[in-house]
Amino acid sequence: MDQQHIRNFSIIAHIDHGKSTLADRILELTHAVSARDMRAQVLDSMDLERERGITIKAQAVRVHWKGYELNLIDTPGHVDFTYEVSRSLQACEGAVLVVDAAQGIEAQTLANAYLAIENNLEIVPVVNKIDLPQADPDGVAAQLAALLGDAPGRVLRISAKTGVGVEDVLDALIERIPAPTGEPSAPPRALIFDSSYDQYRGVVAFVRVVDGTFAPHDALRAMALETRFEAQEIGAMLPVMTPLPALGAGEVGYVVTGLKEVSELRVGDTLTSERRPASTALPGYKDVKPMVFAGLFPTDSDAYPELRDALEKLKLNDAALFYEPESSQALGFGFRCGFLGLLHMEIVRERLEREFDLDLLVTAPNVAYRVRPVNSSAWVEVHTPSDLPDGVEEIEEPYIRAQVIVPKEFVGTVIELCSQRRGHFDHLEYLSEERALLTHELPLAEIVLDFYDALKSRTRGYASFDYDYIGFRPGALARVDILVGGEPVDALSLIAHRDFAYDRGRALVERLRKEIPRQMFDVAIQAAIGSRVIARETVKARRKDVTAKCYGGDISRKRKLLEKQKEGKKRMKRVGGVEVPQEAFLAVLNLNDGGVGSGVRK
Amino acid sequence: MSATHLYVHLPFCAHRCGYCDFVTAVGRRPQHAAYTEALLAELSLERAELAPELETIFLGGGTPSFTESGALERLLSGLPAAAEVTVEANPETVTVALARLLARNGVTRVSLGVQSFQRHLLAVLDRLAGPEDARRAVGLLREAGFDNVSLDLIYGIPGQTGAELEGDLADALSLEPEHISAYELEAKPGTRFSRRHGAALETQSQAMEHYIELVVERLTGAGYRWYETANFCRREGQACGRDLRSRHNLGVWLGHDYLGLGVGAVSTVGERRWRNAASLEGYLAALAAGSAPLREREELLPEVRATERIMLGLRLDEPLALGELSGALDERALARLEGLGLAARDAGTLALTRRGRFLGDGVTASLLA
Repeated sequence: MDQQHIRNFSIIAHIDHGKSTLADRILELTHAVSARDMRAQVLDSMDLERERGITIKAQAVRVHWKGYELNLIDTPGHVDFTYEVSRSLQACEGAVLVVDAAQGIEAQTLANAYLAIENNLEIVPVVNKIDLPQADPDGVAAQLAALLGDAPGRVLRISAKTGVGVEDVLDALIERIPAPTGEPSAPPRALIFDSSYDQYRGVVAFVRVVDGTFAPHDALRAMALETRFEAQEIGAMLPVMTPLPALGAGEVGYVVTGLKEVSELRVGDTLTSERRPASTALPGYKDVKPMVFAGLFPTDSDAYPELRDALEKLKLNDAALFYEPESSQALGFGFRCGFLGLLHMEIVRERLEREFDLDLLVTAPNVAYRVRPVNSSAWVEVHTPSDLPDGVEEIEEPYIRAQVIVPKEFVGTVIELCSQRRGHFDHLEYLSEERALLTHELPLAEIVLDFYDALKSRTRGYASFDYDYIGFRPGALARVDILVGGEPVDALSLIAHRDFAYDRGRALVERLRKEIPRQMFDVAIQAAIGSRVIARETVKARRKDVTAKCYGGDISRKRKLLEKQKEGKKRMKRVGGVEVPQEAFLAVLNLNDGGVGSGVRK
Repeated sequence: MSATHLYVHLPFCAHRCGYCDFVTAVGRRPQHAAYTEALLAELSLERAELAPELETIFLGGGTPSFTESGALERLLSGLPAAAEVTVEANPETVTVALARLLARNGVTRVSLGVQSFQRHLLAVLDRLAGPEDARRAVGLLREAGFDNVSLDLIYGIPGQTGAELEGDLADALSLEPEHISAYELEAKPGTRFSRRHGAALETQSQAMEHYIELVVERLTGAGYRWYETANFCRREGQACGRDLRSRHNLGVWLGHDYLGLGVGAVSTVGERRWRNAASLEGYLAALAAGSAPLREREELLPEVRATERIMLGLRLDEPLALGELSGALDERALARLEGLGLAARDAGTLALTRRGRFLGDGVTASLLA
């Protein structure tokens, strides 16, 4: 296909504004899928995506409309995957920005729109769900036009559900989005915007060809990672994987690489040919680093090998997932895992539990810290609070820019919340008479704690929230250790801002006091910064633990009870001479049981 | 191996008390005689398990004193002689006639199931006796010549206050019994009693550590020896040099062999333990046919008996002679417990301190290797 007849685009939208439904209608209208055969929402292939209504992994589908080849490149809908989104957008020349006619512009709408604008994409604004009784197409179109500096008349009004206006979207794509402008005769270059792992064929790369042509059996190279392989098959999703003789400049498709690990091929990297290599890679490749860390432990310690195998398998399809073995005196053997963000963490946890049937303990997440120890000039990254050295010259934590959209009566509430969470107000603007956009800079650690829950409850669910990373900044941070019977419990250490260290230490100590059963002696539970105790509770010694009655008729039964009690003690973790049931640590640490903090949920 | 202690189970009761979890049978007076005959038949079947001379016999229930008097007398006269013969009795069943019957048939000790001296608490327990029955029963037993009377008390009864428990202890002491057993009320989960008194039992379980301390404090303060977790007897100094501990139960706690007769009764002889089935009909039928009743058997390996010796021995105030039991102990745990002031070792013996005895189960579980 000559480039003049190719259009590459994404659909970007806030969660539930109708991205997947619009994609389905487009597939139907272009006869890529018959309505009868179509599972609703073909693009979201994982059960989990379908259930959560979000798209985790991007894929690309090729359809035809009025003589044009349209490549729809799906994008992950969430900020944790900002980098993936930006790579997907880089593979396009345009984007359909979908906004719910009843909800209006939301935080993710903005985040994605800005990303599209940064990538120089032509935006086709669409107001969806105009059939809803509470829809306000004109009002929302005006908001959109104001946001994009476009004329309200150019905003399309559709109902993806009923199909009204969807043909106009296809026509607008052809009219408004520019054709690709690569060099067909230059050395081949293709952007990898996604990859997935196929059990039989190895890693499959999803690519946008910029220059030149790729053909099966070409010797190829990924330029940043220097990974070499032979293209075993080349093709496009129509919408199922269909082999083709070649992918030319401007086209979107897939390459079967035969590689065994997704980590050998990174999103954002450039493929070129070994025979006629390009001299420079396409711009924008980044090595994405996990920002949020948590311990994952099997509830049943015998399940450690299963957890290890499951993480290995997940990693095949998720290059951003990081993990390393971790052992804790309180929780036994598990893994310290790094995630792009809270949603990424939630998704990994759910996949481990659902697809691998594992019962997991997930510790309260923390962020990555950059630390320069005393008498050292080198900075180190710390992923686990208990690894924070005692003497710290400088410490930095990741910051984010948070965008919150709320009805105007909640502006004060949100500003107050952000300031309580060590946020700096950046600016306030009104998207309409009723809705305000607030921008703050906040430490990521505060978001990870329970910001989202607090925001939701204080705004009665009206707030929409998104964020992006803006780098590391110094902070007055300290490691708070929790001591049981005078001995620190590694898994309970946390890093907190000095202003909040007391409250957080106090809360953990109180929680633990309720969970640790009374022993044969008094047990001190303390929170300490270094050698300074900042909070203390005591579990008073038991005064009675004896069965009242024991005669000839019930010796066997009593003996069995005693043996059971003894077995129970064996399962206890000993910390500072104190027998602590595993459950006590679980209760304090486990996210699943609403322990400390909870993830970003939609 | 042969047993010097004999237990005889008499399951009959006038009615069943809500909290009771013993093998009992309500009423059935026509069957009493057949049952006591069956007991004697089982005794002759198992005679080889018993030593020629018995140390103790214990008639427990049920309500042994509720047994029809002809059958009871026939049973007592058919049993071998023993130095200590105890019969359990409920206060309302004690009459002049019963007291005399027991006395002339070699009974040396009567254990009265008083439980409380508070009318409303007796009602909660479904007991038929009133407080006056207990006082009257003790008087009748004394008149018949009994110089070894034990009273059973229960604490932690739904609705019972600490002051009421103190009252029960004072009332019991005023009768000057040789022996007192004081039990925490153990309501089995899932029973009607537990369901009916759930909330009150929960409240009491929190007060229990205070109650047991109160019981021990009051009774030892009144000159009684806390010789077993739930058992107290007058000190020898106040009892003309007599050792008033229950010799029968002491035998069990010291790990001696015992033979048990009757429905649900347990025997332990050497490395064998067996429990008769609880069915009254099955028991009567088997012995009428000249065979032993259905039994559940358990083999006691030496390490199991060692565990039991420690478990039972540490309930006593007398130090436990370790000897070959040392191997069954966790030395490090013992050192830790000594450090905490809960256990004390001395020249080949081990005893729990006063605080250690209140924590006896936990301490024992830690001590076992």
